[in-house]
Amino acid sequence: MTDLAVLFQTPELNLQLVVDGLLAGAIFALAAYGMALVWGVMNLINVAQGELVMLGGYVVIWLAGQGVHPLLAVPVAAAAMALLGWVLYRLVMFRLIDRDLFVSVLATFGLSIVLQQLANQAFGANVRAIDAGMGSVFLPGGLVVPQVKLVAFAAALVLGAVLMLFLRHARLGQAIRATAQNARAARVLGVDTDRVYAATFALNAAICGAAGGLVAMTWVIHPYLGLPYTVRAFMIVVVAGLGSMLPVLFAGGGLGIAENYAGFLLGTEYQTAFLYGLLVVILVSRNLLLRRRRSYLK
Amino acid sequence: MNPKLRARRRLASDVSITSAAPLSGLALCAGGLGVAMLPWLFASITTQATFLWLMVLFALTWDVTGGQMGYNSFGNIVFFGVGAYVCAIAQRDLGLGYFPGLATGTGLAALAAVGMALVLGPAMLALRGHYFAIGTLGLGIAFADAAAGWDFIGAGSGMALPLFPGAPGSRQHFFYYAMFVLATATLLTLRWLYARPFGLALNAIRDDEDKAEALGLHTTRYKILAWCVCALFLGPAGALTGNLVGFIDPRDLAFSGATFGVWMVVMAILGGKGTLWGPVIGAAIFHLTQELFWTYLLNWQRVALGVLIMVIAVMFPTGIMGWLRQRGARRSSAAGSPVP
Repeated sequence: MTDLAVLFQTPELNLQLVVDGLLAGAIFALAAYGMALVWGVMNLINVAQGELVMLGGYVVIWLAGQGVHPLLAVPVAAAAMALLGWVLYRLVMFRLIDRDLFVSVLATFGLSIVLQQLANQAFGANVRAIDAGMGSVFLPGGLVVPQVKLVAFAAALVLGAVLMLFLRHARLGQAIRATAQNARAARVLGVDTDRVYAATFALNAAICGAAGGLVAMTWVIHPYLGLPYTVRAFMIVVVAGLGSMLPVLFAGGGLGIAENYAGFLLGTEYQTAFLYGLLVVILVSRNLLLRRRRSYLK
Repeated sequence: MNPKLRARRRLASDVSITSAAPLSGLALCAGGLGVAMLPWLFASITTQATFLWLMVLFALTWDVTGGQMGYNSFGNIVFFGVGAYVCAIAQRDLGLGYFPGLATGTGLAALAAVGMALVLGPAMLALRGHYFAIGTLGLGIAFADAAAGWDFIGAGSGMALPLFPGAPGSRQHFFYYAMFVLATATLLTLRWLYARPFGLALNAIRDDEDKAEALGLHTTRYKILAWCVCALFLGPAGALTGNLVGFIDPRDLAFSGATFGVWMVVMAILGGKGTLWGPVIGAAIFHLTQELFWTYLLNWQRVALGVLIMVIAVMFPTGIMGWLRQRGARRSSAAGSPVP
């Protein structure tokens, strides 16, 4: 437990862990918001969420290889992933509407394996990253923050805000919210719910693609990173609920901080074990809380 | 579904099962003989056949909670891995001979797996539906990562098991029969259990847990008991598989969520969940196609597995047994024979 003593002796290190965690958490929150959108509107849990993040990252890496600046590549990746999301909806997802939730979990789990293995075939199993060519910011107190992480954090916040405004004011956004509230009533009132579902899934894929681009700039991309991102998104949604953006952002930041501390204290080899263990702990404790209130949420 | 229709369908299926009983008994005897002779008739595929029995065991134990009780677990591989590791530790540290060590290790593996089910059960089985599915998925990976980081059990480099003392080739035979006996014991135990009120209780939990509880069924006790039954067979299966392969890798063998952990779900659903023979059929078909075709797919096996999972989940959620049952029901209604 020498690491713990180090933490108490150096407050700057704590600050560094917290800031790094918050910056990471904003990107987790993006994927989580996409998952909440799909879960709330289409009533399906997309286990392939992390794979969409991973593919978005590969699009940005490929474009950067062609000489495009990574930050400009992020919107392109979002657009490409929106297209992919629309195709996936037309191929697979529309069959999962109005089905048992476990069917959607199993089917999207299969989809995640397909996407992950196709990426493995296409890009190889190597860990890839891109250099956005930005330096670090040295803040008072010995805090070092890579500029690219700050940019990614800001981009995640802007994207979240745009999304919120879109859902609140745009016509399609209103149709999406109407469908989430009551699909049948929306259909009666002339909303083409099938198109709304397709748009929702495409929107989700675009958000994930943008998140993936930010991940490629700040960390690394490899074909097998999907499931951790899915699990993070799922945890955040379970904690924050399906409602609004702000709780998701807070839960994402909290998760990022918790993961950073766990990685520091337990060592990096236990960091993923901590992540999945935390998932189990969150689900079980949520259940206990619900039981105490005698309300079961199916 | 219309409750009247459901009752009718269930009656029809009961009739077909009872009338086919002597025939299936005969088939069982013939099949048993063939199975017992297999290592001498087709010596080259003994190991693959051993894995076939393992797959049957996987699908059967998954179906106890997944099919009969409606708790779709992605984490039953935990019991398998715990069994594999406990047996390996017993063989390494107790200092018994090979066979006494293996026997003790297998027994301890069963105990440890059941213990694990008792510890995890109350918390995990309180989760419902997809929360249980994703929670158990996380549980399996958490165990794999923890095992890969723990030096006492070899961490990421895994554990090597003691060498089999007999003549070369006898090892395969020994483990073939051991696995066959274990899988058969699983099948017979489950058949016995499903015919008892225990089976009905599991089905009641699947159909409507709150109602079952309201009717006075101690659902938590039954759920934990069902998971213990899974663990009781999965633990020794892990012990045997570790010894058969000779090496335990935390992620690729013991807690192999990406292969065994997913396959057991696919096999049980492919065959037809909630039936006794469905998982057996599903395991046989899955294992055969895998052995026959997957070597030709080279690097595309995993893609094919993913596609298969999607197709099964979306289009054949009732599996082969469900399809047969539907066909049987249609034929009997087409012939106009009243259902007794």
